[in-house]
Amino acid sequence: MKNISKRYVGVQALDAVDFEVHKGEIHCLVGENGSGKSTLIKIISGVVRPDDGSRIEIDGERFHDWHAIDAIHKGIEVIYQDLSLFPNLTVAENIALSQTIAQGHKFINWGEMRRIARKAMGRIGADLPLDELVEDIPLADQQLVAICRALTHNVRLVIMDEPTTALTRKEVEALFAVVKDLQSKGIATMFVSHKLDEVFQIAERVTILRDGEKVGTFASQELDDEKLTMLMTGKKLAYTRYTVEEQENILLEARDLSKSGNFKEISFRLHAGEILGITGLLGSGRTELALSLFGLNPAESGEVLIQGQPVKIGSVQDAVKLGIGYVPENRLVQGLIMQQSVGKNIVVTILQKLLNGLGMIDADKMEDSVARWIEELSIKVPSADSPVQTLSGGNQQRVVLAKWIATEPKILILDGPTVGIDVAAKSAIHDIIRGLAGQGMGIIVISDEIPEVFHNCNRIIVMHKGKFIAEFDTAQTTEDAIQDCINRAG
Amino acid sequence: MKRLLASYETFVFLVIVLLCIIITWVNPNFLTLENLFDLLKSYSFVGILAIGVLFVLISGGIDISFTAVATVAMYVMAVIIVRYGGNMLTAFLIASVIGIILGMVNAVIIYFFNIHSIITTIATLNIYYGLLTVFSGGKWIYALPTWFREFTEIRVFTLTNANGIEYGLSIITVIWFALLALAWLILRYTMIGRGIYAMGGNPTSARRVGFDVLRLQLFVYSFMGWMAGIAGVILALLVQTVAPNSIVGKELDVLAAVILGGASLTGGVGSLWGTMLGVALIAIMGNGLTMMRVPAFWYNVFIGLTIVISVSANAYRHKRKKKRAIAVEIE
Repeated sequence: MKNISKRYVGVQALDAVDFEVHKGEIHCLVGENGSGKSTLIKIISGVVRPDDGSRIEIDGERFHDWHAIDAIHKGIEVIYQDLSLFPNLTVAENIALSQTIAQGHKFINWGEMRRIARKAMGRIGADLPLDELVEDIPLADQQLVAICRALTHNVRLVIMDEPTTALTRKEVEALFAVVKDLQSKGIATMFVSHKLDEVFQIAERVTILRDGEKVGTFASQELDDEKLTMLMTGKKLAYTRYTVEEQENILLEARDLSKSGNFKEISFRLHAGEILGITGLLGSGRTELALSLFGLNPAESGEVLIQGQPVKIGSVQDAVKLGIGYVPENRLVQGLIMQQSVGKNIVVTILQKLLNGLGMIDADKMEDSVARWIEELSIKVPSADSPVQTLSGGNQQRVVLAKWIATEPKILILDGPTVGIDVAAKSAIHDIIRGLAGQGMGIIVISDEIPEVFHNCNRIIVMHKGKFIAEFDTAQTTEDAIQDCINRAG
Repeated sequence: MKRLLASYETFVFLVIVLLCIIITWVNPNFLTLENLFDLLKSYSFVGILAIGVLFVLISGGIDISFTAVATVAMYVMAVIIVRYGGNMLTAFLIASVIGIILGMVNAVIIYFFNIHSIITTIATLNIYYGLLTVFSGGKWIYALPTWFREFTEIRVFTLTNANGIEYGLSIITVIWFALLALAWLILRYTMIGRGIYAMGGNPTSARRVGFDVLRLQLFVYSFMGWMAGIAGVILALLVQTVAPNSIVGKELDVLAAVILGGASLTGGVGSLWGTMLGVALIAIMGNGLTMMRVPAFWYNVFIGLTIVISVSANAYRHKRKKKRAIAVEIE
């Protein structure tokens, strides 16, 4: 049995971190944003050079100059979070291209390409349409394409950077089956994830990084949720349940909302101070429903009542006037103007309120409210003028929140509020959400992370194929019961 | 088959068929071999430029300067062959070398200074034209060598029409088609060709899988320059005079043809077949309107309308496809 081991000492973002992967092992790398995970991956894959004094060893052989091409030759492949595929090329070409390049071919043999692609797919038992364009296949399949591409080389270590962020539960299971399968072929997997339950499910060993330092490597049996969180963040984070006393004040009521191809016969009530969770698989219609309540995807039939009054929500302007705020699932695409400053992003929703007598924006008022929201949501930012794109994921999400909370909505819809951010930032955002509900706001949280809705909502509705199929009171149920319900439906 | 029917190229093809029917209905002279060969000859200039522009668009860039490159190549070539003599081969060689060099200048600026291709090529467009105007003094060249004149008349085969006038497939069209075949081979069967698609689709990934992006850029813009150089000679052959300002403003016509052919300004998408159809559409519209005795001023209006209609049809198709993909399955 060969050991693949690598050692680094004194990299800027990493301080004397030792790290090793054994043949055929499944090794998870966890840590908060900015803890040095990406740097470590980049060094292993040869994209970034470590500082002098660092040691990289493969099979006991020491490498002084470690470049991307060496990593490829030694069988190390990285599957980036963005997958790095070519949307405009076919599946076959995406899989086979890098091997064809590596072999130094000048001309293309299409038959050979398909053969390479088939062989790689065969190794994980995948069956993908070779001639479809990658942009036309589902995201989970795209991920398989990326894995197949890695397998075309004589791969021994696959590094997956947060591969499950955009996948549904079922697809994650399928991915794990693939990883296990690779393991049985002696291929090691290094798995980076924010989702702790997945870490426990798949990992044999877990290495934890914090602030560029290694906290330790543990066998996954030695760890549990609480211990892992503590080691990652350095503080103890306790999950508590959110409950509310029975409220009489109905903020929003939906009656029989339907839209063909989106959702059907949706009825529910949201009380002031409530955090209502809506969960279900990707494609269950949950996001479509949220968009409809915010006027972006108006329902075809049914009624919405706000504080008992029937209202029409035909556009975002209607929704905003009615006191509804919406924080989208994909904060990067839908929520923020990336090049603009934090301050400008926060006040964009409340410009009307900042006008002075002449109809111009009052700079003082603007600064005041920006400062207030940065403070209130503890957004970590060097100055209100820094562009949003320079912030970490968790802080970007806070800016989106700030932007909508600034409008002082009565009802706030949060779609996947903590997708892709780490545990500590997550719990900070959860605290903010609870605080808002405590002030009497009605909040709808849409998420496919069961623990997230379970711990933060007082009520959970499960959606499947556009319909509500079950409702849970979190005080009287368990996580497993909810998970079961979703699995049964799927 | 289903895919073929759904493709954008098929849509453009149907538009062309429809146009041909309408024009022929008004003027039966339109759908004749004579007119066809004539169009194939006179539009080879646009057609060759379009090949180069297609490469640039697929790679995710854009080139505005190719008309200036073509003019410079044409002018310098003319000056040299008038002064020192030569033959067709040297004429093409001179223009090609100049085109490739000017194209490389574009690539180098875009790559090393990381300036967007549209800005770079607007700048070089002005520099190339400007320098040419300064050094040529705006003088036209009329007295081209006889061999240069005679080359234009070469036909692969010749037919005679009812009035005894000869016509046929011009050597110029053959050059165009040969370049098309070459371009097709490059795009489909070489690593460089696939690299151009890959780079246009996702530049970061192209780098990651091991493409040499600088080499690809150099190739794309030099190829564009080469096409411009050859197109310059073709234009000189067609009009038999060389003017430093004869193709000012033609950039957008060529871009329009390529975009009509389905290439995307965001890169990664486009085919030679589509580009051919785009050129055909422009050609048929120009020629057809004349044959239907529509005043020439209307030409621009129709080109504009066709672009709006076909490009929005394409965008609409994409939107529908996307919508279908996200539809929730309801029981």
